[in-house]
Amino acid sequence: MENWRDNKLVAAILIVPASAWILIFFTLPLVIVWVFSFGERGPQGQTFLAFTLDNYARALELIHLGILWKSIWTAAITTLICFILGFPLALGVAFAPARYKNLLLLLVILPFWTNLLIRTYAWIAVLRTRGFLNFGLEWVHGKLDALFSLVKLPDVMGTFQPLALLYNHSAVIIGLVYVALPFLVLPIYATLEKLDRSLMEASLDLGAGQWRTMAFVTIPLAFPGILSGLMLVFILSLGTYLTPVLLGGTDSMMIGNLIAQEFGPARDWPFGSALSFLLLYITFIILWIRAVVARRSKGVSY
Amino acid sequence: MTSNQPIIRIQSVTKIFNRTVTAVDDVSLDIAAGEFFALLGPSGCGKTTLLRMIAGFENPTTGRIVVDGQDMQGVDPNHRPVNMVFQSYAVFPHMTVAKNVAYGLKVTGVANSEIQKMVPEALQLVKLGGFEHRMPHQLSGGQQQRVSLARALVKKPKVLLLDEPLSALDAKLREAMQIELVNLQKSVGITFIIVTHSQSEALSVADRIAVMKDGQVKQVADPLALYEKPNSQFCADFIGKINQLEAEVAGVEGKNLVVDIRGVGKVVIPHEGHAEGRVSLAIRPEKVELNAHEPGDERVKFLSKVANVVYYGSTSQVFLENAAGDQLMAEIRNRESNTATSILIGSEVWVSWKAADTLVLTE
Repeated sequence: MENWRDNKLVAAILIVPASAWILIFFTLPLVIVWVFSFGERGPQGQTFLAFTLDNYARALELIHLGILWKSIWTAAITTLICFILGFPLALGVAFAPARYKNLLLLLVILPFWTNLLIRTYAWIAVLRTRGFLNFGLEWVHGKLDALFSLVKLPDVMGTFQPLALLYNHSAVIIGLVYVALPFLVLPIYATLEKLDRSLMEASLDLGAGQWRTMAFVTIPLAFPGILSGLMLVFILSLGTYLTPVLLGGTDSMMIGNLIAQEFGPARDWPFGSALSFLLLYITFIILWIRAVVARRSKGVSY
Repeated sequence: MTSNQPIIRIQSVTKIFNRTVTAVDDVSLDIAAGEFFALLGPSGCGKTTLLRMIAGFENPTTGRIVVDGQDMQGVDPNHRPVNMVFQSYAVFPHMTVAKNVAYGLKVTGVANSEIQKMVPEALQLVKLGGFEHRMPHQLSGGQQQRVSLARALVKKPKVLLLDEPLSALDAKLREAMQIELVNLQKSVGITFIIVTHSQSEALSVADRIAVMKDGQVKQVADPLALYEKPNSQFCADFIGKINQLEAEVAGVEGKNLVVDIRGVGKVVIPHEGHAEGRVSLAIRPEKVELNAHEPGDERVKFLSKVANVVYYGSTSQVFLENAAGDQLMAEIRNRESNTATSILIGSEVWVSWKAADTLVLTE
């Protein structure tokens, strides 16, 4: 049978729509933003084409670098928490009995079925002063209070003060962890799932316990997946916009919000474009590091 | 402890998966120290499950496994005096050959100076000297197999377990490795237990073979006894090729059995033990002789029609059909260049064999 790739017409018909789509709706806007990043802002907020590096220089000013730095460590903390929570989860799903595996995987991706905005609002309902978490704490407090009254120790607990859980940076990190967790679990799960079980068994057989097997065999072999997961979460958190807007406080501005502000209320598209490209360059550097690491472990078949 | 105490005692071991699937059904086996033992059976017969229970990857549902006098109940795989060579080799892909072999020593706290000495020795043993710094993906399947062997042997286990170790190798390499495995086993003196579905592999390497079917051990015997005196139709059929004819026991004459073979008539066959009613008479194809003229007495003999002749170089297989329509196959040596062609398809020949070679199978 003829291979469709050999038929130039068929190949063109199949390739052109997708290529055109990417060109028109992805590459072209990106090029426009790139060109804008060298432009100048007019007095009424117009964008004049020019060639100036002023926007980049402004982006590297201390106040903006501060926001960028805050974004980076927020993303780093989010990634770390996601890994601590997500790696055991991925292990659990990958090594679960076959009949539960699909159900567990479904639970991991279930949040994707609801709109991100709605899910983030749900977190507001959980975290706010009169939210579910504070209600729960209040209930526990009440019960403990009753318990202490019973043993003739009234007022030990004091009156319940609801915790300020919302509209601060912790809330942003909680929200980011929640959003990004599946992106960490899925690639790690995928590599663990493909791992030959007999490699772990061989390690046990040769006298290593479960922890050593994890450290010397499972994690090194799952490393490409772990790296992919970490990068996905980091990049995703770095450029976040919605979560700080809804859950964050006055000090929670991240680079995504700054960019939105420049394109929106500030009407400074050239500066917004420069910031966007700064973010993109950071992403490129991360991807480049990943490629280098991948090349080093090349030839190792997992 | 005396040396004739079995190194492995498997005592009424049963394994039931998910409460419904019986993989191993009340198996009891004693394996002597220094023995090369084979678990042989078709896929799904429970042989690998039995091996994995010895290694500690599965726990018996009921029954006991004793290794070197120690009950293995509740002992984790990493604390058992056995090591395994996996079907997929399971060579760690992210470690060099030397690191693979050193792994089992390192994790159990063997001194580094000791490891430096033992690893090259182990690699020498499997003829991989000089391969220390190769990565597994640079090795052929056979070489990975050797790394896996060295890695297990360097631990000096009481028992080495081999799970279908040669099934992924091509035929020529497999035969060479079979001989090498036997030599290796003799030189290190460690008990080997090999799981295989290949009867020729089991016959050529093992001192003793347990034939398994549906989770049960059907027969335990040395290769010769297993081939010449299988105790059931299943074993006879599974080990090598065999012809089976239906017959009825007509009577007993001293140590002989008089049987009525369908389409052939009454024949006297030496047989120990009890037999009555319908039985199956079995004869190995290479013991069947073909003659143009009626052969002498003390042979089971009848005329058959040649249905087909298949030439295999050193031997030919002659497919025959007797008067009752039963099929038989005779394997003859091609002593003359025209042996195969001299047997004409469609012609009638005398088929015969020594009565004493006939097996009477009752189950």
